[in-house]
Order: sequence, then C-alpha cells, then structure tokens
Amino acid sequence: MARRARTPTADAPEHASLDGLLASREIVVACGPGGVGKTTTAAAAAAMAAARLGGKVLVLTIDPARRLANALGLEGIGNAERRVPDEAFTSAGVTPMGQLWAAMLDTKQSWDDLIARHAPDRRTRDDILANPLYRNISGRFVQSHDYIAMERLYEIHAEGSYDLIVVDTPPTRNALDFLDAPERMADFFSSRLLRWLIVPYRSRLVNLASRPFYQVADRILGTQFLQDISEFFILFQTMYDGFIERANAVKRLLADRRTSFVVVSTLEAVPLREAEFFARALLDRHLHLGAIVLNKVLPAYLRDPAAASVAEALRDRSEALADAVGDALGDAAPEQVARVLHTVGQSFLDYRVVAQREAEQRAELASVPEALVSVPYFETDVYDLAGLLRLGERLWGGT
Amino acid sequence: MVPLIDRRLVFVTGKGGVGKTTVAVALALLASSQGRRTLVCEVDAKGDVAAYLECGPTQFAERQVGPNLWAMSMDTEASLREYLRLNLRIPMVGRIGPLARAFDFVATAAPGVREILTVGKLCYEVREHHYDLVVADASATGHIVGQLAAPQAINELVRVGLIRSQTDWMLDILSDPSQTGLAVVTTPEEMPVNETMELVERVRKETTVDVAAVIVNRVLPELFGRSEEEVFERLCAPAATAALRRALSGDPRPVLDAARLAVTLRRTRAGHLDRLRAGVDPAVPMLYLPYLFTRSHGVRSVRQVAAHLGEELAV
Repeated sequence: MARRARTPTADAPEHASLDGLLASREIVVACGPGGVGKTTTAAAAAAMAAARLGGKVLVLTIDPARRLANALGLEGIGNAERRVPDEAFTSAGVTPMGQLWAAMLDTKQSWDDLIARHAPDRRTRDDILANPLYRNISGRFVQSHDYIAMERLYEIHAEGSYDLIVVDTPPTRNALDFLDAPERMADFFSSRLLRWLIVPYRSRLVNLASRPFYQVADRILGTQFLQDISEFFILFQTMYDGFIERANAVKRLLADRRTSFVVVSTLEAVPLREAEFFARALLDRHLHLGAIVLNKVLPAYLRDPAAASVAEALRDRSEALADAVGDALGDAAPEQVARVLHTVGQSFLDYRVVAQREAEQRAELASVPEALVSVPYFETDVYDLAGLLRLGERLWGGT
Repeated sequence: MVPLIDRRLVFVTGKGGVGKTTVAVALALLASSQGRRTLVCEVDAKGDVAAYLECGPTQFAERQVGPNLWAMSMDTEASLREYLRLNLRIPMVGRIGPLARAFDFVATAAPGVREILTVGKLCYEVREHHYDLVVADASATGHIVGQLAAPQAINELVRVGLIRSQTDWMLDILSDPSQTGLAVVTTPEEMPVNETMELVERVRKETTVDVAAVIVNRVLPELFGRSEEEVFERLCAPAATAALRRALSGDPRPVLDAARLAVTLRRTRAGHLDRLRAGVDPAVPMLYLPYLFTRSHGVRSVRQVAAHLGEELAV
C-alpha cells in the first residue's frame, strides 16, 4: 500500500467518503483511541449504509452511550441482534433501502457460548462453567474482552445473514490488543507452560525440568490456587484444537480482503499520535486501512486571515465600534455593546489558536489512506437516529 | 476529608481522551513545586508522561526529572523481579528458566497478578517513605476498578502463600483515606460524565479506596451574561451586521459564527456538568480546570494546568 501518496494540506478537498468502502466490504472495523467518537462513527456509518445501500447491515457495538443504545433499541443486555424499526428512519425523514440491525457485546455470555460450542460433552461444559477460575477469567480478565469481540464478529460473519457488519472495537489498554488477541490466544493454548501445569499435581514433583518453577510458584501463589489452575486447564485441554483452529480463522478473517479498518480520531495531539501509530501498525500487518475519520474538526473559517483581522479589530477597538453600530442595536448600553464586541473578537482568536494547531496536526499525518474524512464539531450530542444520519451524511461522498 | 494534595498515594483515572495523564503530571508538578518529594508513575507505559514532561523515556527504575520530582513507568515483570529479590531472597531467579514466559503465563491465567504487581510497587514506595507523594497515572475508567480491587480479589482466590500475606499491608495503605485517594478526571461531555458517575459508584461498592476528587477538565468559558446574549443576538440581525461590516470594512460574519459555536458548545457542556453535579455524591470535592486555548501540548501547557489546579486546591 502506498504511503503518503499525497500531501494533504489543511484545506485540501478530501476523498471525503466512506460509501465506497461500505459498499464493497463485508466487515468494517472502527478502531482508534478512546474518547474520539468511535462508537458513534460506527453507528452512523452503519445507519447510512442501511439507508442508502440497502441489504442487511449490523452494527456490533461494545459499550454505547445509553442514549445511543436507546436510539438503536439496545435497551436490554445480552447478545441478541435487534432490528432498528423502519419508523425510526421515517421519523428522521429517511426511507431506508435496507435494514439496520444492532447488537451489543456481552463478554460473559459470549465466553459461555464459546465454551458450549467447543466442549466435547455436557459434563465438561458444566465443569468449566462452574470453575471459579473460569468465572474470573470470563468476567474480569481484561484481554478476554479483546478476544471475544473478534470471536463474536467471526461467528456472526460466518452465519452469513448480514451483507455488512460494522464493528466498534473495545477500548483497550493498547490499541493493538484486539488485533493480537487471536494469536495470543493460540500461543497461550499451545505453550509448554500450559502442558506443565496440566500434568497432575503429584507427578510434577518428580519432573526435574519443571520443579524449580513449581517451587517458586508454590511459594508465591499457594498450592490450592495452583490446583485450581491445573484443574481448569485439564478441562480446557479437551477444547484445545477447536480453540486454536478458531483463533487462526479469526485472524485470517481480519486479514481477508472482505475486511477493512477505519481509524477514528480527533485532531488533539495525544489521540492523533495514537491513531497514527495504529494506522502504521495496520499497514505493517498487511491489514487494509480503508479510511481515517477525523471527528470534531473546527470550521475552516477560523483559519481565515481576513476574519482574524476583523476579530482583532473587534477586540482592540470595541468602544469605537460600539458607537458606530449603536443605532442599529436600539437601546443597548454602549459599554455593554463594547464588551460583547470585545468578547466576540477574543473568543474567535482563542478558537483560532486551536484550529491552527489542529490544521498543523492534520498536515503532519504521516500515513494517509485512500480516504481522509473530516467531520465537523456537532453543536449538540448525537443521540438519535436522525443525529446519526446527519453525521453519516458527512461520511458519505457526493453530498 | 484530607485534600487530594496532602495524601501520599493518588491514583488518577479517567476515560480515554479526557486529559488523565495531563492532570496526573500537573498534580505531580504542583506537589513537587511545593517542596514535596514526588514520584509520578505511568501505569500503562505508553510514554505519555515522558512526552508531557519532555524528559526523555521513563523506565521502571525511578529517575529524577526535576526538583523534587521523579518519574517511572510500570513494568510488571520488573516489578515481580524486584519483589522476588526483596521478599523471597531467591538468589537464582535467573535459573528458574524463562521467567518472562512463566510470568506471562501466570499473569494471563491468574487475573489480578499484573494488577497486584502494579499496585504493590506503588504501595511499597509509600510504605518505605521513599517519597512524600506517589502519583499514579493509572488505568482508564474501564480497568481501574480491577486494578484497585486486585488485593481483595487475590485474597479471595489465593487462600495461602506469600502473595496472600502481602495483600494485608497493601490493603491497609489503600483503605486509609488519609493516605490514599482516587482522582477521577472527566470532561463535561456525555460519555465521560456517564462513565464518571458509574465509576464513582463502582469504586465505592467494589474497592476500599476513597474517591478524593472529581476533576472536570476543559471547562469552556462563559461568553455572555443574559443581557449580553441579547445584545449578541441583535448584532447578528442583518441591519446590525451590515453596520458592523461598514465600520470594520471587513466581514464580521465568521467571527459572529465562531461566537455562536462557542456559546452552543458551552451550553451543551453545561448540561452535562449539571448532570454530573447531580449524579455524584456532594461529599466528593469537584475541581474545575479551564479549557486551554494554547498552541502546544508540552510541559508549558501542563504547567498552566498545574497552576489552575493549585488555585482550585487553594495551595
């Protein structure tokens, strides 16, 4: 993939659309740093795809804001996919060509489903589900979240009932965790240490190779806990092959040409640095980076030099200007008008500093994919389908 | 309630993107400028603390980066090595085979091991009085409860063994509100406010750590009072805008548009701020930091944040 195919300037007309991507892929993964509107962007892209492209579109989200969840009809918990009613579209003034479905990821439920699928028999399944260590892992274990999101994506894709799945990635410690999760899961189950641990406890003591490890582990963790671990992995061993195979399949799907990634960010320094790192990592892994979406971009007029001169005049000559416009303002006190003019000028100049800094950041973006999409600062929060579609318009080309 | 700055161990958390690291570094700068020996530790070693301090990369070994100020980044494997060296007196740690893989395995299998090695190292620095204040740029809101609750979780899972006996003194430090506190950073926006309210509840229910403050970052300035807003509306009417244009010999509309944008942004955020105030126990102090209209993100802007934090804490 060509890197830096062109140098974007702050005002360059961008290849400002996701429609080509959404029309040609089966899976679009929204990823990037936290707090930049990833979930909303994924939902908006899916809503637009359902409205304009037709077919069945699913947005799989991890942790939507409550109002957004309500807008998508995701009030309950659990893994069930629900259809967003057509009435929600029509009341937003849109007749959808296709169907929009939404689902939330329930980590615990997904793990239980996975166990049920891979367990050789009912007894093993029940033993695992009841194991305290398993309950801990599936409930609290952070990385399990990353793996299970990709696993669930694979499952839904394999069922084949959706034309397009837009998935929102979990907020991770490290933006890449979810990409590496399938591989790590495979590594984990094939590690030699795992084999050491699943040797029944008594015979371990005569195993010279592993003895020092257990001596230390015993002192740190305690015998009881080691036995719990051991039991858990003996049960898990029965599902070993299924797991490895599955993890590899998930990995292949992500690298497949039917899948594309969209990196979402804002132009704030820290998120943008993380987003760039992410974009590079995708390219390094030969995954398809379809677009970068920049959210909350301040309007371009803030960088207009003529407007800046006007703002400076308002700030510095507010009293004289207040006199000059006094007649048009009726009975307003001149001092008050002067204060308002001064504030208006100062506020423009304040925001201009930020807008310029952000334009600079954008110009420095090192790897630019085929599409770089800017979404303006929305003055109010997006919390219903109409809002999602309004945002979606900005992701769409030719509007 | 003991003020945030007078505690000995402060965990700073917040949703991604709200300025958690900035506030943690600002708090450390503020305390060190008051003459307190301060250690700032980046728990998710991404290099942000080093970037904000402009001090070069940080490592597990603490390094002095300014007057009364030390910085480090957490490395759980290094923490384990240090622990083994200090507590178990195992001379041949190097000989127990691939410690890295063994550690990876145990940490992956046993939830809480990574967390306890992180929290344990911080508590250790507090217990040994190496510093007057330890500031942890801790995990984001999604993971902080797991981190803070790790000592109890380990207590439940591991019934005997050395780790178990180690959790008692950690819990003593963590549970003492005169020593340890959690600062939750947020911005007046929808998701950060939701997460903050949920987090404060969860921390109270699931951990023994005291919520010492909610710090609202990037509060936008109020442009107009009510009567001024009326004047502004009149200015936007065509006749007034035309008069202004003649007097300025330039188009005032972009400037008026920008003011309107500033007013609406502020208004949307004010709504979230109200929600936050109503949703968090009034006993938890709430501190406000202004949005900074600055050019850069380096140590200069962190110093500005530290100055505002100082005003809010009245130090």
